[in-house]
This record gives sequence, structure tokens and C-alpha cells, in this order.
Amino acid sequence: MTKENLTQTGTSRVKRGMAEMLKGGVIMDVVNAEQARIAEDAGAVAVMALERVPADIRAQGGVARMSDPEMITEIQKSVSIPVMAKARIGHFVEAQILQSLGVDYIDESEVLTPADYTHHIDKWNFTIPFVCGATNLGEALRRINEGAAMIRSKGEAGTGDVSNATTHMRAISDEIRRLSSMREDELYVAAKELQAPYDLVKEVATTGKLPVVLFTAGGIATPADAAMMMQLGADGVFVGSGIFKSGDPARRAAAIVKSVTFYDDAKVLAEQSKGLGEAMVGINVADIPAPHRLAERGW
Amino acid sequence: MKIGVLALQGDVAEHIASLGECGVIASGVRSKQEIESIDALVIPGGESTTIAKLAKAFGVFDLIKSRIASGMPTYGSCAGMILIADQILDGGADQEGFGGIDAQVRRNAFGRQVDSFETDLSFSGIGGAAFRAVFIRAPWVESVGNQVEVLASFNGHPVAIRQGHLLATSFHPELTGDNRIHRFFVDQLCKESSKAGI
Repeated sequence: MTKENLTQTGTSRVKRGMAEMLKGGVIMDVVNAEQARIAEDAGAVAVMALERVPADIRAQGGVARMSDPEMITEIQKSVSIPVMAKARIGHFVEAQILQSLGVDYIDESEVLTPADYTHHIDKWNFTIPFVCGATNLGEALRRINEGAAMIRSKGEAGTGDVSNATTHMRAISDEIRRLSSMREDELYVAAKELQAPYDLVKEVATTGKLPVVLFTAGGIATPADAAMMMQLGADGVFVGSGIFKSGDPARRAAAIVKSVTFYDDAKVLAEQSKGLGEAMVGINVADIPAPHRLAERGW
Repeated sequence: MKIGVLALQGDVAEHIASLGECGVIASGVRSKQEIESIDALVIPGGESTTIAKLAKAFGVFDLIKSRIASGMPTYGSCAGMILIADQILDGGADQEGFGGIDAQVRRNAFGRQVDSFETDLSFSGIGGAAFRAVFIRAPWVESVGNQVEVLASFNGHPVAIRQGHLLATSFHPELTGDNRIHRFFVDQLCKESSKAGI
């Protein structure tokens, strides 16, 4: 075998492994280099570069697309931590562009307006890894089958209302526990009901966990929100509008980072929750008319 | 022999599992008391800037630094390598590590995630076949002092080094299911220092 054959980029191990390194960390939405530096200084494990945070996408409406490459490059230059960026669901050309920019992870995200209402991106075709949203186990396994190397529960982005994130985290863990307790001959029907490939269903039943890292996202605004997601079994959290739509972003960002590490220590959480200034105002998910709920995008 | 895995951020569970396969019951450590109670430490892969900031914020940075300096066997993979090197190149403006190994380590030297790779390495001291090594936004060793032994190199850059009780790799043996490097740490570094009564 030649040396070239021995060295491989873009393998599943390399893609999924990158997500393993983010565990126990906070990934923050940022819209410019200055915010990216604040996030890095606060201890973020990565930043998500985007033009508008979900709360603004929601407020301004219109079609939300991949960010301007110039702005992404600017952010890449300003920090040393990984930089992620979002492509629209099914928009494989946006993903090709993001890969050529050298972003570290692509989020095929329901926060942007979908480009394809039938197909997601064939993520196996890329060297760069993808994270995808899911509201339940079947959806998570379909994304993994398409090549996603990391899953985030969706929540309802841009609301500051954590209730959907809770629902989705609980749904995923509940379905995993249910699979683990099944007889082997029941897994065929379980796969049919989950609308997910049998091999992945069997793997989850055997190991009792997803084959990739599971973060949570959508509506996380406080240290307590982040810690609750960790106690519910998340490996880490994405915080979108919650930081830079609050009164004191630097302080809140650092407090959320510390709360994810000490998610099970209420004394630390109390300390970190003190004097953070105003949280983002937020919207109750129940007040958002169904067509404007982002979590329902993706299938 | 009590081995702790620094549990501030990163792939802590994978290191605990790899040590478990070597017959060692390791646990995650993050508080002062936990770090004072261990005989050896593993610093996992993760984000080196985040781990250092958390160590400072929770008042364990100086404790870890002094325990490493006073002979506690320590192994660092990837971010861990960066954190136990005396000098960090291409770090954040004020990036600081625990130090210990007389080496210069260049952060993200192999490039961004698109350049992350796996390859076969020959690793001196573990025996058997080549080691399948996974490099993720990995650092490399730019230069080493004369007390440092280079155990493996890739494309001319050292990627595994040892200096007495300290071991560092640019790559992640904890992701491969091959526990020979963890065994090397336990058998060669931890047991030697416990014999010496450190």
C-alpha cells in the first residue's frame, strides 16, 4: 500500500470525532468578527457564523439563506476556535461553497428557508462534516443515514422559549430507551415505525445511544436552560439569539459556558445566574402561528 | 493508582473507556478536591482555549500546573498536548497552558477540519502493527528540548513526545478502540513514577 492510501481525510471517524471534541461545550451564533471574539473569550468551543441570528430572521421575515462568504472569512480570521456555518436544507451548492471556504462544520439548518422540500443534502459526498437538526429519533437516524456526523435537537430557534428543546430532547432519549428495552425481533417493526434504516435502529438498541454526538439547540437563553439540557442528556449546547440579544453578552456567554461544565452543581449554577442583566425578551412558542415554526421544517 | 481525566470540556468519556480497557478505573475530575486526590491525569481532546479558561475560572489552573511540575504522570491528547507544552504557537493572543514538556507546539498546524485525517503511524515503545491515528484540527510539535523523546512523527513533524512522566500526542487514540497508547501511559509512565515513590 502506498502512503497516499494510508492517509485519508473526511472519514466518518474524522467527522464524528470532531464533534466528540466539542462535547461539554457551548457553540455560539455570531454575526461579525467582534461577536466571534467575545464568544471565544467567553470560552465557546466553536462559533456559528451567520448574517442574522434566528430572532432577527423571525422578526424580519423573508427568505433566509447562506451567509456572505466575506463575512464568514472575516470571522475565520478573527478567532482560533472552529467556525461553523449554515446551509439551507437540501441546498448542496451552498454546502459546496462553505466547504471551499474551509468552515469546520456545516449546519444544514431549518433556521434558514429550505431549498428542497423533499431531499436533504447527501452529506456523504463532502469532506466537511455536517450537523443536522432533529425533533425525534427517527428524524435523527434519517439524517445520520444521509451522512450527518452530529445531531442537534431542534427546539424552536429565536424564541428564548426552551420548551420545544425540552420536548425534543425528551423525545429522542425516550425513544432510545424504548429501543433498548425491546426484543431483537421487535426491532424490524420499530425501524418501520421510526422510518429509519434497520441497521441504525439496531445499533441504537444495542449501544443505548446515538452513534453520533447529540447537542441541543433552540430557545436556550439562561445558564439554567443550558444546564437543564445537559441534565436531560445533551452532550453540549448551541446558543443562538440568547447571548447577543441579551443585555450583557460577554458575561452571559461566560456564565453559560461554566454552567455547561458544572451542569449538575446547583451552587455553581446559582452563582453563574447572578446579575446577568436582561435576558432576551423572547416569544412563547405557543404564540407563533404554526406556519412560522422552524422546528417543523425538515422531515 | 488513581487516574483522573480532566472533565472541564472535551471527549472525557472516551478516555475513561480506553483506560477501562486497560484495567484502570478512571474518573472525570474537575474540582480542586478531585484533582488533589489523583495520582495521574489525562487531559482529553477538546478546545484548548476553553479548557484553560474553565480551569482558571474554577481556580484549578495553578493546582494542575504545580502538580504536573512536581511529577504527576500526565498524558495529553490534542488539546491536552497543547496544554502541557511549555510553548504554544498560533494560540489566542493570551493563550496559556499548564506547561511541563520542553517543546513548542503549533496549534491547528495540520489545518482546519477539511484537512483532518487518519493515517498509520509507527509509534516507538508500543510494539505490534502500525497505530491508526486520528488527527482532528491537530497540532504538531515544532521543536523539542534535549530531554524530550520523539515517539512518532508524521511528514517530518513529531506528533507524539515524552519527557519523563509526561506524554503527549497530536492525535486521538481514544477514538480508535486501540488502547496501546493508554496502556503505554499506564504501564510505562504511571507505574514507573509510583515505583519511584513520587
